[in-house]
Amino acid sequence: MMGSVSLSSLYRQPLVVALALILLLLVIGNWLSPGFASGTQILRLLIVAALLGIVAAGQNIVILGGREGIDLSVGGIVSLSAIVAGNVMHGTDAAIFPAIAACLAVGAFFGLLNGLGVTLLRIPPLVMTLGMLGVLQGLLIVIRQGIPSGQAAPALSRFVTQPVLLGLPGIIWLWAAIGIAMAFLLRRTVFGHRIYAIGSNEHAAWMAGVPVRRMRISLFILSGMFAALAGVCLLGYSGSSFANVGEQYMLPSIIAVVFGGTSLAGGKGGYTGTMAGAVLLVILQGILTTVNIDESGRQMVFGATLLLLMLFYGRGRAMRA
Amino acid sequence: MTDTTPSMAAPKPQADRRWIERYPFLPALGILLVLLALNGVFSPNSLSYRSLTGLISTYLALMMLAVAQTYVVYAGDIDLSAGAIVSLVNVVIVVTMERLGGGGGAVLAALGIGVLTGLACGLINGIVVAALRLQAIVATFATSIFFTGFALWVMPVAGTPAPALFWRTYGGKFLGLPFVFYVVIALAILLYVIARTRLALQLLAVGDDAQAAYQSGLPVVPIRIRGYILCGVFSALAAFCVTGDTASGDPLVGGKMTLFSVAAVVLGGTALSGGWGTVAGSLFGALTIGLINSLVFFIGTPSEWQNFVQGLAILIVLMAGILVGRRARA
Repeated sequence: MMGSVSLSSLYRQPLVVALALILLLLVIGNWLSPGFASGTQILRLLIVAALLGIVAAGQNIVILGGREGIDLSVGGIVSLSAIVAGNVMHGTDAAIFPAIAACLAVGAFFGLLNGLGVTLLRIPPLVMTLGMLGVLQGLLIVIRQGIPSGQAAPALSRFVTQPVLLGLPGIIWLWAAIGIAMAFLLRRTVFGHRIYAIGSNEHAAWMAGVPVRRMRISLFILSGMFAALAGVCLLGYSGSSFANVGEQYMLPSIIAVVFGGTSLAGGKGGYTGTMAGAVLLVILQGILTTVNIDESGRQMVFGATLLLLMLFYGRGRAMRA
Repeated sequence: MTDTTPSMAAPKPQADRRWIERYPFLPALGILLVLLALNGVFSPNSLSYRSLTGLISTYLALMMLAVAQTYVVYAGDIDLSAGAIVSLVNVVIVVTMERLGGGGGAVLAALGIGVLTGLACGLINGIVVAALRLQAIVATFATSIFFTGFALWVMPVAGTPAPALFWRTYGGKFLGLPFVFYVVIALAILLYVIARTRLALQLLAVGDDAQAAYQSGLPVVPIRIRGYILCGVFSALAAFCVTGDTASGDPLVGGKMTLFSVAAVVLGGTALSGGWGTVAGSLFGALTIGLINSLVFFIGTPSEWQNFVQGLAILIVLMAGILVGRRARA
């Protein structure tokens, strides 16, 4: 892919930028607290990055689909899915697959509602998914009153936290598989090409016979399902679900997409960069938790660094007469 | 209320459409009146003078924040840090009032510093989004983390009380009328004046078509920065109301308000894509959220279902508002 890229334009490749920044942060992290870039530490960070990265996969394609595409409801779906999974599996391995199926159905359902609102009623995605987030947060409170938070099945926890194959936990393999599937979907399938088509010029895509509405609805359904899958994995990571665990993924999933070089305007970008963006974000957070400063300083440094990193990526165009 | 933001589009022949062109907040006002009537049906007491005053003093902060958000949305931008600015200004003024002894002079000095804090935050947002050309959603999320960190530095844990003089004045009466009544009047006059300034029109022009605005000679970047500054200042005013209402400092108090402020702006009929809207609509939008919350309570929703019903009602009203507004403009 980068065969003919000259050196001067190499640093403009978002993936290259992200990988360089990851390397830089690892060096800084290891310098600030020796052992930060050790194998076990990096593996731990990768697990956290995988959780974020799976949510960001759905966010990524919604954003690629354009027309101000964004999904603010993913945080609510992650939380809801973690609760549903915990209650369906109740700590038994046998119930893992029914639990995953139930969660994917829940995620797809709310994604479908988002998609219908955005396409049939033409509600701006930001508004539709913001409203849906409110509904989901209310639903979480209702569910929490009636039932306990549930428990992860041992096999699920092992899958997420313990090495499964070649010393890597199952979730890393799952994330790698999602990465390959997404790359294939976006580059090699009609569906993928249509995402870019509606993202860069919806009208032209429609004229060319792309079923724009059905496409957009599918994108939101997929986003809901990715968020639900992340919710299941999150349950495995933490053992049991607690209130609003998913909220921490809402805006970071968008930032991971931006750090991956996907434009919020849609039609440009891909998932490989987003994976690097998720790793970058998680390493930054990892450094800040190991450094010995109090919460206020940590947040100020985090916010300022995010802004600084954003300067490396697609800034808007200056006005020209 | 008293908003006369000029509509950008040419008037349409039909009388009702012309009205909605001139007063884009009419659907929001309609929804508000329906909710008010419903509140009256389910709890006649809720329409009493006392209850309405209570409603306004509870939701005045959200009204201010919705106004703040409106000015950036005018220009097609968004500010996800508005709630964090509320938190920051809240702790800054509470700490200042405490340090200076809590007297009248201390309160005034603290309010001055509070406005300057909001202004500085708005300036930072403006520079980051308009001058450095970062994407507004992610950039203002990053600044919100920064502002929240700063607020935690000023006051690490919630609980420092505001001086009695401050919250007694805010919650009390003046010449027989509740103090918030005067705040609302002052706000109405202020908004009326701002709506007549060149800046309001320029923000709408930038939001409508930034390229066209630039080519007709408008300084687009400074205008967008001014929009964010206005947003920061009104966020500071919202923080004053929060402080008057809660009578204490809390470094995380405003966090939850950001998304409600966006919802209030949309409820008020302002287009998120920019170039079209009114601040009066946002005020109605904020009150609509308040009335939905009280209505859900009055119809006897079980407590655990209240948030769900509120969320659902807000989603439905958001969709209804957008559909009505679009039909009217089409």
